[in-house]
Amino acid sequence: MRDRPPVTLGGMALAVRVIPCLDVDGGRVVKGVRFQDLRDAGDPVELAAAYDAAGADELTFLDVTASVDDRDTVFDVVARTAESVFIPLTVGGGVRTVDDVDRLLRAGADKVGVNTGAIARPELIGEVARRFGSQVLVLSLDVAADDSVPSGYTVTTHGGRTRTGLDAVTWAVQAEDLGAGELLLNSIDADGTKEGFDLPLIAAIREVVSIPVIASGGAGAVGDFPPAVAAGADAVLAASVFHFGQMSIGDVKAGLAEAGHVVR
Amino acid sequence: MSRPDVVVFDYGSGNLRSAQRALERAGADVTVTDDVAAAARATGLVVPGVGAFAACMAGLAAAGGHTLVTDRVARGAPVLGICVGAQVMFDAGDEHGVVTGGLGLLPGTVTRLSAERVPHMGWNTLDHDGLWLLDGVAPEERFYFVHSYAARPPIAGAEVATCDYGGPFVAVACRGPLSATQFHPEKSGRAGLALLSNWVRSL
Repeated sequence: MRDRPPVTLGGMALAVRVIPCLDVDGGRVVKGVRFQDLRDAGDPVELAAAYDAAGADELTFLDVTASVDDRDTVFDVVARTAESVFIPLTVGGGVRTVDDVDRLLRAGADKVGVNTGAIARPELIGEVARRFGSQVLVLSLDVAADDSVPSGYTVTTHGGRTRTGLDAVTWAVQAEDLGAGELLLNSIDADGTKEGFDLPLIAAIREVVSIPVIASGGAGAVGDFPPAVAAGADAVLAASVFHFGQMSIGDVKAGLAEAGHVVR
Repeated sequence: MSRPDVVVFDYGSGNLRSAQRALERAGADVTVTDDVAAAARATGLVVPGVGAFAACMAGLAAAGGHTLVTDRVARGAPVLGICVGAQVMFDAGDEHGVVTGGLGLLPGTVTRLSAERVPHMGWNTLDHDGLWLLDGVAPEERFYFVHSYAARPPIAGAEVATCDYGGPFVAVACRGPLSATQFHPEKSGRAGLALLSNWVRSL
Protein backbone atom coordinates (compact mmCIF):
# COMPACT_ATOMS: atom_id res chain seq x y z
CA MET A 1 0.00 0.00 0.00
CA ARG A 2 1.21 3.48 -0.75
CA ASP A 3 2.35 5.78 1.97
CA ARG A 4 -0.06 8.69 2.22
CA PRO A 5 -0.46 11.47 4.75
CA PRO A 6 -3.57 11.38 6.91
CA VAL A 7 -6.43 13.01 5.07
CA THR A 8 -8.01 16.07 6.60
CA LEU A 9 -10.76 18.24 5.25
CA GLY A 10 -9.26 21.31 3.60
CA GLY A 11 -12.12 23.71 4.18
CA MET A 12 -14.27 23.88 7.26
CA ALA A 13 -17.41 24.97 5.48
CA LEU A 14 -17.98 22.17 3.00
CA ALA A 15 -21.31 20.59 3.88
CA VAL A 16 -21.80 16.86 4.42
CA ARG A 17 -24.04 15.69 1.59
CA VAL A 18 -27.20 13.70 2.28
CA ILE A 19 -28.23 11.63 -0.74
CA PRO A 20 -31.40 9.59 -1.22
CA CYS A 21 -31.10 6.67 -3.64
CA LEU A 22 -33.97 5.44 -5.83
CA ASP A 23 -33.97 2.02 -7.46
CA VAL A 24 -35.55 2.35 -10.89
CA ASP A 25 -36.80 -0.58 -12.98
CA GLY A 26 -38.25 0.00 -16.42
CA GLY A 27 -38.74 3.68 -15.59
CA ARG A 28 -40.57 3.03 -12.32
CA VAL A 29 -39.38 3.19 -8.73
CA VAL A 30 -39.19 -0.22 -7.12
CA LYS A 31 -39.24 -1.08 -3.41
CA GLY A 32 -42.48 0.91 -3.02
CA VAL A 33 -42.02 4.37 -1.72
CA ARG A 34 -44.36 5.80 0.89
CA PHE A 35 -44.20 9.51 0.45
CA GLN A 36 -47.08 11.77 1.30
CA ASP A 37 -48.78 14.02 -1.20
CA LEU A 38 -47.50 12.32 -4.31
CA ARG A 39 -49.80 11.78 -7.24
CA ASP A 40 -47.74 8.82 -8.36
CA ALA A 41 -45.38 7.28 -5.81
CA GLY A 42 -43.82 5.11 -8.49
CA ASP A 43 -42.70 8.01 -10.65
CA PRO A 44 -38.97 8.68 -10.13
CA VAL A 45 -39.34 12.20 -11.49
CA GLU A 46 -41.96 13.18 -8.97
CA LEU A 47 -39.97 11.60 -6.16
CA ALA A 48 -36.82 13.39 -7.28
CA ALA A 49 -38.66 16.71 -7.08
CA ALA A 50 -40.01 15.81 -3.62
CA TYR A 51 -36.52 14.97 -2.33
CA ASP A 52 -35.13 18.16 -3.86
CA ALA A 53 -37.81 20.14 -2.02
CA ALA A 54 -37.00 18.21 1.17
CA GLY A 55 -33.38 19.40 1.04
CA ALA A 56 -31.54 16.49 -0.60
CA ASP A 57 -28.05 17.58 -1.65
CA GLU A 58 -27.88 15.16 -4.58
CA LEU A 59 -29.95 12.33 -5.99
CA THR A 60 -28.91 8.87 -7.08
CA PHE A 61 -30.86 6.66 -9.46
CA LEU A 62 -29.83 3.04 -9.56
CA ASP A 63 -31.16 1.50 -12.75
CA VAL A 64 -31.93 -2.13 -11.95
CA THR A 65 -33.73 -2.80 -15.24
CA ALA A 66 -32.91 -6.34 -16.25
CA SER A 67 -34.83 -6.49 -19.53
CA VAL A 68 -32.80 -5.27 -22.49
CA ASP A 69 -35.99 -4.00 -24.12
CA ASP A 70 -36.62 -1.64 -21.23
CA ARG A 71 -33.09 -0.30 -20.85
CA ASP A 72 -33.81 2.95 -22.68
CA THR A 73 -36.44 3.92 -20.10
CA VAL A 74 -33.74 5.30 -17.80
CA PHE A 75 -32.74 7.96 -20.33
CA ASP A 76 -36.29 9.27 -20.39
CA VAL A 77 -36.40 9.31 -16.59
CA VAL A 78 -33.10 11.20 -16.41
CA ALA A 79 -34.19 13.69 -19.07
CA ARG A 80 -37.50 14.38 -17.36
CA THR A 81 -35.78 14.77 -13.98
CA ALA A 82 -33.32 17.28 -15.41
CA GLU A 83 -36.28 19.39 -16.58
CA SER A 84 -37.18 20.44 -13.07
CA VAL A 85 -34.64 19.27 -10.51
CA PHE A 86 -31.54 21.45 -10.24
CA ILE A 87 -29.30 19.46 -7.92
CA PRO A 88 -26.65 16.91 -8.95
CA LEU A 89 -27.95 13.64 -10.30
CA THR A 90 -25.95 10.40 -10.34
CA VAL A 91 -27.16 7.47 -12.40
CA GLY A 92 -25.74 3.97 -12.03
CA GLY A 93 -26.56 0.50 -13.22
CA GLY A 94 -25.39 -1.40 -16.26
CA VAL A 95 -22.75 1.13 -17.32
CA ARG A 96 -20.13 -0.74 -19.34
CA THR A 97 -18.74 1.66 -21.96
CA VAL A 98 -17.78 5.28 -22.57
CA ASP A 99 -20.82 5.51 -24.87
CA ASP A 100 -23.12 4.44 -22.01
CA VAL A 101 -21.67 7.31 -19.96
CA ASP A 102 -22.02 9.78 -22.84
CA ARG A 103 -25.70 8.91 -23.31
CA LEU A 104 -26.47 9.34 -19.60
CA LEU A 105 -24.65 12.68 -19.42
CA ARG A 106 -26.41 13.93 -22.52
CA ALA A 107 -29.74 12.87 -21.05
CA GLY A 108 -29.01 15.09 -18.04
CA ALA A 109 -27.00 13.05 -15.53
CA ASP A 110 -24.07 14.81 -13.84
CA LYS A 111 -22.27 11.73 -12.62
CA VAL A 112 -22.37 8.10 -13.56
CA GLY A 113 -22.01 5.21 -11.16
CA VAL A 114 -19.85 2.37 -12.41
CA ASN A 115 -19.56 -0.95 -10.64
CA THR A 116 -19.31 -4.33 -12.38
CA GLY A 117 -18.25 -2.69 -15.64
CA ALA A 118 -15.07 -1.39 -13.98
CA ILE A 119 -14.32 -4.66 -12.22
CA ALA A 120 -14.55 -6.48 -15.55
CA ARG A 121 -12.44 -3.87 -17.29
CA PRO A 122 -10.63 -1.39 -14.99
CA GLU A 123 -9.48 0.64 -18.02
CA LEU A 124 -13.06 1.89 -18.27
CA ILE A 125 -12.35 4.22 -15.33
CA GLY A 126 -9.49 5.94 -17.15
CA GLU A 127 -11.38 6.09 -20.43
CA VAL A 128 -14.32 7.85 -18.80
CA ALA A 129 -12.11 10.18 -16.73
CA ARG A 130 -10.08 11.27 -19.76
CA ARG A 131 -13.15 11.92 -21.87
CA PHE A 132 -15.44 13.62 -19.34
CA GLY A 133 -13.25 14.34 -16.32
CA SER A 134 -12.90 12.40 -13.07
CA GLN A 135 -15.83 14.24 -11.52
CA VAL A 136 -18.38 12.26 -13.52
CA LEU A 137 -17.15 8.87 -12.38
CA VAL A 138 -18.51 7.50 -9.13
CA LEU A 139 -17.00 4.09 -8.55
CA SER A 140 -19.47 1.96 -6.67
CA LEU A 141 -18.10 -0.79 -4.41
CA ASP A 142 -20.37 -3.44 -2.91
CA VAL A 143 -18.20 -4.68 -0.10
CA ALA A 144 -18.44 -7.71 2.19
CA ALA A 145 -16.24 -8.85 5.07
CA ASP A 146 -13.88 -11.61 3.89
CA ASP A 147 -10.94 -12.94 5.87
CA SER A 148 -9.30 -14.38 2.76
CA VAL A 149 -8.11 -10.94 1.57
CA PRO A 150 -5.55 -8.78 3.41
CA SER A 151 -7.85 -5.90 4.40
CA GLY A 152 -10.63 -8.25 5.48
CA TYR A 153 -13.00 -6.73 2.88
CA THR A 154 -13.70 -8.01 -0.61
CA VAL A 155 -15.58 -6.51 -3.52
CA THR A 156 -18.76 -8.35 -4.53
CA THR A 157 -21.07 -8.26 -7.54
CA HIS A 158 -24.67 -9.27 -8.15
CA GLY A 159 -25.92 -7.72 -4.93
CA GLY A 160 -23.31 -9.49 -2.82
CA ARG A 161 -23.96 -12.97 -4.15
CA THR A 162 -20.68 -13.17 -6.06
CA ARG A 163 -17.37 -12.53 -4.32
CA THR A 164 -14.68 -11.30 -6.67
CA GLY A 165 -11.74 -11.99 -4.36
CA LEU A 166 -10.62 -8.43 -5.10
CA ASP A 167 -9.43 -6.66 -1.95
CA ALA A 168 -11.71 -3.65 -1.44
CA VAL A 169 -8.94 -1.43 -0.07
CA THR A 170 -6.58 -2.28 -2.93
CA TRP A 171 -9.38 -1.71 -5.45
CA ALA A 172 -10.24 1.70 -3.94
CA VAL A 173 -6.60 2.84 -4.25
CA GLN A 174 -6.38 1.51 -7.81
CA ALA A 175 -9.67 3.20 -8.77
CA GLU A 176 -8.43 6.57 -7.51
CA ASP A 177 -5.19 6.15 -9.44
CA LEU A 178 -7.12 5.25 -12.58
CA GLY A 179 -9.19 8.42 -12.29
CA ALA A 180 -12.33 7.74 -10.25
CA GLY A 181 -13.72 11.00 -8.85
CA GLU A 182 -15.64 9.59 -5.94
CA LEU A 183 -16.32 6.28 -4.20
CA LEU A 184 -19.75 4.98 -3.29
CA LEU A 185 -18.99 2.53 -0.53
CA ASN A 186 -21.85 0.13 0.09
CA SER A 187 -21.54 -2.45 2.84
CA ILE A 188 -23.35 -5.60 1.77
CA ASP A 189 -23.14 -6.90 5.36
CA ALA A 190 -24.73 -3.77 6.85
CA ASP A 191 -27.22 -3.17 4.01
CA GLY A 192 -30.78 -3.73 5.18
CA THR A 193 -29.81 -4.40 8.81
CA LYS A 194 -30.67 -0.87 9.97
CA GLU A 195 -27.97 -1.35 12.61
CA GLY A 196 -25.75 1.45 11.42
CA PHE A 197 -23.02 1.96 8.85
CA ASP A 198 -19.93 -0.28 8.67
CA LEU A 199 -17.62 2.21 10.39
CA PRO A 200 -14.36 0.18 10.22
CA LEU A 201 -14.91 -0.21 6.47
CA ILE A 202 -15.42 3.55 5.99
CA ALA A 203 -12.30 4.28 8.05
CA ALA A 204 -10.22 1.72 6.15
CA ILE A 205 -11.12 3.23 2.77
CA ARG A 206 -10.84 6.83 4.02
CA GLU A 207 -7.29 6.13 5.14
CA VAL A 208 -6.09 5.19 1.65
CA VAL A 209 -7.92 7.58 -0.72
CA SER A 210 -8.23 11.35 -0.92
CA ILE A 211 -11.29 11.45 -3.20
CA PRO A 212 -14.73 11.84 -1.59
CA VAL A 213 -16.31 8.76 -0.01
CA ILE A 214 -20.07 8.26 0.09
CA ALA A 215 -21.13 5.84 2.82
CA SER A 216 -24.06 3.54 2.15
CA GLY A 217 -25.73 0.58 3.80
CA GLY A 218 -27.07 0.07 7.29
CA ALA A 219 -28.71 3.36 8.22
CA GLY A 220 -31.64 2.73 10.53
CA ALA A 221 -31.78 5.80 12.75
CA VAL A 222 -30.81 9.47 12.66
CA GLY A 223 -28.04 8.69 15.13
CA ASP A 224 -26.37 6.31 12.64
CA PHE A 225 -25.28 9.12 10.31
CA PRO A 226 -22.87 11.23 12.44
CA PRO A 227 -20.56 8.27 13.24
CA ALA A 228 -20.25 7.54 9.49
CA VAL A 229 -19.09 11.10 8.90
CA ALA A 230 -16.76 10.92 11.90
CA ALA A 231 -15.30 7.72 10.39
CA GLY A 232 -14.46 9.65 7.24
CA ALA A 233 -17.51 9.77 4.95
CA ASP A 234 -17.98 12.99 2.95
CA ALA A 235 -21.53 12.07 2.07
CA VAL A 236 -24.16 9.63 3.29
CA LEU A 237 -26.59 7.73 1.11
CA ALA A 238 -29.72 5.87 2.13
CA ALA A 239 -32.83 4.51 0.47
CA SER A 240 -35.56 2.78 2.44
CA VAL A 241 -35.36 4.88 5.61
CA PHE A 242 -36.21 7.92 3.49
CA HIS A 243 -38.68 6.20 1.20
CA PHE A 244 -40.71 4.69 4.02
CA GLY A 245 -40.79 7.99 5.89
CA GLN A 246 -38.87 6.65 8.90
CA MET A 247 -36.90 9.86 8.82
CA SER A 248 -36.67 12.88 6.56
CA ILE A 249 -33.65 14.44 4.92
CA GLY A 250 -34.16 17.29 7.38
CA ASP A 251 -34.06 14.92 10.36
CA VAL A 252 -30.72 13.50 9.20
CA LYS A 253 -29.30 16.96 8.66
CA ALA A 254 -30.48 18.14 12.08
CA GLY A 255 -28.77 15.12 13.63
CA LEU A 256 -25.55 15.81 11.76
CA ALA A 257 -25.63 19.49 12.73
CA GLU A 258 -26.21 18.59 16.36
CA ALA A 259 -23.12 16.37 16.21
CA GLY A 260 -21.10 19.34 14.97
CA HIS A 261 -21.06 18.58 11.24
CA VAL A 262 -21.75 21.26 8.64
CA VAL A 263 -24.89 20.72 6.56
CA ARG A 264 -26.63 22.73 3.87
CA MET B 1 -41.32 41.31 -21.08
CA SER B 2 -39.43 39.46 -23.76
CA ARG B 3 -37.19 36.57 -22.92
CA PRO B 4 -33.56 37.20 -23.92
CA ASP B 5 -32.10 34.58 -26.23
CA VAL B 6 -29.21 32.61 -24.81
CA VAL B 7 -26.98 30.07 -26.51
CA VAL B 8 -25.32 27.28 -24.50
CA PHE B 9 -22.26 26.52 -26.59
CA ASP B 10 -22.02 22.77 -27.26
CA TYR B 11 -18.37 22.06 -28.09
CA GLY B 12 -18.06 18.58 -26.63
CA SER B 13 -20.08 16.26 -24.55
CA GLY B 14 -21.45 16.37 -21.06
CA ASN B 15 -24.64 17.41 -19.35
CA LEU B 16 -25.88 20.56 -21.10
CA ARG B 17 -29.55 19.82 -20.54
CA SER B 18 -29.44 20.99 -16.92
CA ALA B 19 -27.88 24.31 -17.94
CA GLN B 20 -30.50 24.72 -20.64
CA ARG B 21 -33.43 23.98 -18.33
CA ALA B 22 -32.10 26.12 -15.48
CA LEU B 23 -31.58 29.09 -17.81
CA GLU B 24 -35.11 28.63 -19.15
CA ARG B 25 -36.36 28.63 -15.58
CA ALA B 26 -34.36 31.83 -15.06
CA GLY B 27 -36.27 33.50 -17.90
CA ALA B 28 -34.22 32.94 -21.07
CA ASP B 29 -35.01 31.41 -24.44
CA VAL B 30 -32.25 28.84 -24.70
CA THR B 31 -30.63 27.05 -27.63
CA VAL B 32 -27.92 24.43 -27.22
CA THR B 33 -25.79 24.50 -30.35
CA ASP B 34 -22.28 24.29 -31.77
CA ASP B 35 -23.20 26.89 -34.41
CA VAL B 36 -20.64 29.66 -33.95
CA ALA B 37 -22.66 32.22 -35.92
CA ALA B 38 -25.74 31.63 -33.77
CA ALA B 39 -23.59 31.79 -30.64
CA ALA B 40 -22.09 35.09 -31.81
CA ARG B 41 -25.55 36.59 -32.46
CA ALA B 42 -27.18 35.47 -29.20
CA THR B 43 -27.89 38.10 -26.55
CA GLY B 44 -26.16 35.93 -23.97
CA LEU B 45 -23.63 33.13 -24.40
CA VAL B 46 -22.97 30.38 -21.85
CA VAL B 47 -19.69 28.50 -22.04
CA PRO B 48 -19.93 25.25 -20.09
CA GLY B 49 -16.99 22.96 -19.47
CA VAL B 50 -16.01 19.86 -17.56
CA GLY B 51 -12.86 17.76 -17.32
CA ALA B 52 -9.33 18.98 -17.83
CA PHE B 53 -8.35 22.57 -18.65
CA ALA B 54 -6.19 21.54 -21.62
CA ALA B 55 -8.86 19.26 -23.10
CA CYS B 56 -11.49 21.93 -22.61
CA MET B 57 -9.36 24.60 -24.34
CA ALA B 58 -8.60 22.22 -27.19
CA GLY B 59 -12.29 21.42 -27.62
CA LEU B 60 -13.23 25.07 -27.49
CA ALA B 61 -10.58 26.05 -30.04
CA ALA B 62 -11.53 23.19 -32.40
CA ALA B 63 -15.16 24.35 -32.34
CA GLY B 64 -14.23 27.97 -33.12
CA GLY B 65 -15.04 29.01 -29.58
CA HIS B 66 -11.78 30.84 -28.92
CA THR B 67 -12.50 33.73 -31.31
CA LEU B 68 -16.22 33.53 -30.58
CA VAL B 69 -15.74 34.29 -26.88
CA THR B 70 -12.95 36.86 -27.18
CA ASP B 71 -14.84 38.74 -29.93
CA ARG B 72 -18.02 38.83 -27.89
CA VAL B 73 -16.24 40.15 -24.81
CA ALA B 74 -14.38 42.74 -26.93
CA ARG B 75 -17.67 44.16 -28.22
CA GLY B 76 -19.37 44.03 -24.82
CA ALA B 77 -21.66 41.05 -25.49
CA PRO B 78 -22.41 39.05 -22.31
CA VAL B 79 -20.65 35.72 -21.72
CA LEU B 80 -21.08 33.39 -18.73
CA GLY B 81 -18.46 30.69 -18.18
CA ILE B 82 -19.29 27.78 -15.88
CA CYS B 83 -16.80 25.50 -14.06
CA VAL B 84 -13.97 24.68 -16.48
CA GLY B 85 -15.78 27.04 -18.87
CA ALA B 86 -15.00 29.72 -16.25
CA GLN B 87 -11.40 28.56 -15.79
CA VAL B 88 -10.55 28.92 -19.49
CA MET B 89 -11.38 32.65 -19.27
CA PHE B 90 -8.12 33.12 -17.31
CA ASP B 91 -4.62 33.56 -18.77
CA ALA B 92 -3.58 29.95 -18.25
CA GLY B 93 -4.15 26.66 -16.48
CA ASP B 94 -1.40 24.69 -14.73
CA GLU B 95 -2.12 20.97 -14.50
CA HIS B 96 0.66 18.77 -13.12
CA GLY B 97 3.21 21.37 -14.22
CA VAL B 98 1.87 21.53 -17.78
CA VAL B 99 0.78 25.11 -18.47
CA THR B 100 -1.93 25.62 -21.10
CA GLY B 101 -2.87 29.05 -22.39
CA GLY B 102 -6.43 30.19 -21.70
CA LEU B 103 -8.54 32.88 -23.35
CA GLY B 104 -6.76 35.62 -21.36
CA LEU B 105 -9.95 37.53 -20.53
CA LEU B 106 -9.20 37.43 -16.80
CA PRO B 107 -5.68 37.77 -15.37
CA GLY B 108 -4.13 34.91 -13.47
CA THR B 109 -3.43 31.20 -13.66
CA VAL B 110 -5.73 28.37 -12.63
CA THR B 111 -3.84 26.01 -10.29
CA ARG B 112 -4.56 22.95 -8.18
CA LEU B 113 -6.40 23.47 -4.91
CA SER B 114 -4.12 23.15 -1.90
CA ALA B 115 -6.62 21.25 0.27
CA GLU B 116 -5.64 17.69 1.07
CA ARG B 117 -8.96 16.25 0.01
CA VAL B 118 -9.40 17.01 -3.67
CA PRO B 119 -11.65 17.31 -5.68
CA HIS B 120 -13.63 19.91 -3.79
CA MET B 121 -17.02 18.31 -4.23
CA GLY B 122 -20.18 19.53 -2.60
CA TRP B 123 -22.02 22.58 -1.32
CA ASN B 124 -20.06 25.54 -0.01
CA THR B 125 -20.60 29.19 0.92
CA LEU B 126 -19.27 32.36 -0.72
CA ASP B 127 -17.64 35.53 0.57
CA HIS B 128 -18.21 38.71 -1.40
CA ASP B 129 -18.79 42.40 -1.08
CA GLY B 130 -22.15 42.87 -2.78
CA LEU B 131 -21.47 41.33 -6.18
CA TRP B 132 -24.38 42.10 -8.56
CA LEU B 133 -24.59 38.51 -9.80
CA LEU B 134 -25.38 37.44 -6.21
CA ASP B 135 -28.12 40.01 -5.57
CA GLY B 136 -30.82 38.50 -3.40
CA VAL B 137 -28.73 35.47 -2.44
CA ALA B 138 -28.48 35.16 1.35
CA PRO B 139 -24.93 34.85 2.78
CA GLU B 140 -25.63 31.37 4.17
CA GLU B 141 -26.78 30.01 0.81
CA ARG B 142 -24.56 27.29 -0.66
CA PHE B 143 -23.50 26.50 -4.21
CA TYR B 144 -22.51 23.17 -5.70
CA PHE B 145 -18.81 22.81 -6.55
CA VAL B 146 -16.94 19.99 -8.21
CA HIS B 147 -13.38 20.85 -9.21
CA SER B 148 -9.73 20.32 -8.38
CA TYR B 149 -8.35 23.59 -9.78
CA ALA B 150 -9.20 27.26 -9.38
CA ALA B 151 -7.87 30.82 -9.76
CA ARG B 152 -6.78 32.71 -6.64
CA PRO B 153 -7.85 36.20 -5.62
CA PRO B 154 -7.42 39.07 -6.16
CA ILE B 155 -8.21 39.33 -9.87
CA ALA B 156 -7.17 42.73 -11.18
CA GLY B 157 -10.04 44.58 -12.82
CA ALA B 158 -12.67 42.05 -11.76
CA GLU B 159 -15.21 41.88 -8.94
CA VAL B 160 -15.03 38.50 -7.28
CA ALA B 161 -16.74 36.24 -4.77
CA THR B 162 -14.43 33.77 -3.06
CA CYS B 163 -14.87 30.39 -1.47
CA ASP B 164 -12.53 28.85 1.09
CA TYR B 165 -11.27 25.32 0.56
CA GLY B 166 -7.65 24.92 1.59
CA GLY B 167 -7.43 28.72 1.21
CA PRO B 168 -9.50 31.26 -0.68
CA PHE B 169 -10.13 30.76 -4.39
CA VAL B 170 -12.19 32.60 -6.99
CA ALA B 171 -15.76 31.27 -7.02
CA VAL B 172 -17.25 34.09 -9.14
CA ALA B 173 -15.53 36.71 -11.26
CA CYS B 174 -17.31 39.54 -13.09
CA ARG B 175 -15.55 41.91 -15.44
CA GLY B 176 -17.61 43.99 -17.85
CA PRO B 177 -19.62 41.65 -20.09
CA LEU B 178 -17.82 38.59 -18.74
CA SER B 179 -19.10 36.52 -15.81
CA ALA B 180 -17.53 33.30 -14.59
CA THR B 181 -18.60 30.86 -11.88
CA GLN B 182 -16.39 28.04 -10.61
CA PHE B 183 -19.45 26.27 -9.18
CA HIS B 184 -22.39 24.94 -11.17
CA PRO B 185 -25.29 27.42 -10.82
CA GLU B 186 -27.48 25.04 -12.83
CA LYS B 187 -26.93 22.43 -10.10
CA SER B 188 -27.12 24.74 -7.11
CA GLY B 189 -30.84 24.62 -6.43
CA ARG B 190 -32.62 27.90 -5.69
CA ALA B 191 -29.38 29.80 -5.01
CA GLY B 192 -28.13 28.87 -8.47
CA LEU B 193 -31.44 29.80 -10.09
CA ALA B 194 -31.27 33.20 -8.36
CA LEU B 195 -27.79 33.80 -9.81
CA LEU B 196 -28.89 32.74 -13.29
CA SER B 197 -31.96 34.99 -13.02
CA ASN B 198 -29.70 37.93 -12.16
CA TRP B 199 -27.58 37.16 -15.21
CA VAL B 200 -30.56 36.72 -17.55
CA ARG B 201 -32.10 39.97 -16.27
CA SER B 202 -28.85 41.79 -17.08
CA LEU B 203 -29.06 40.77 -20.74
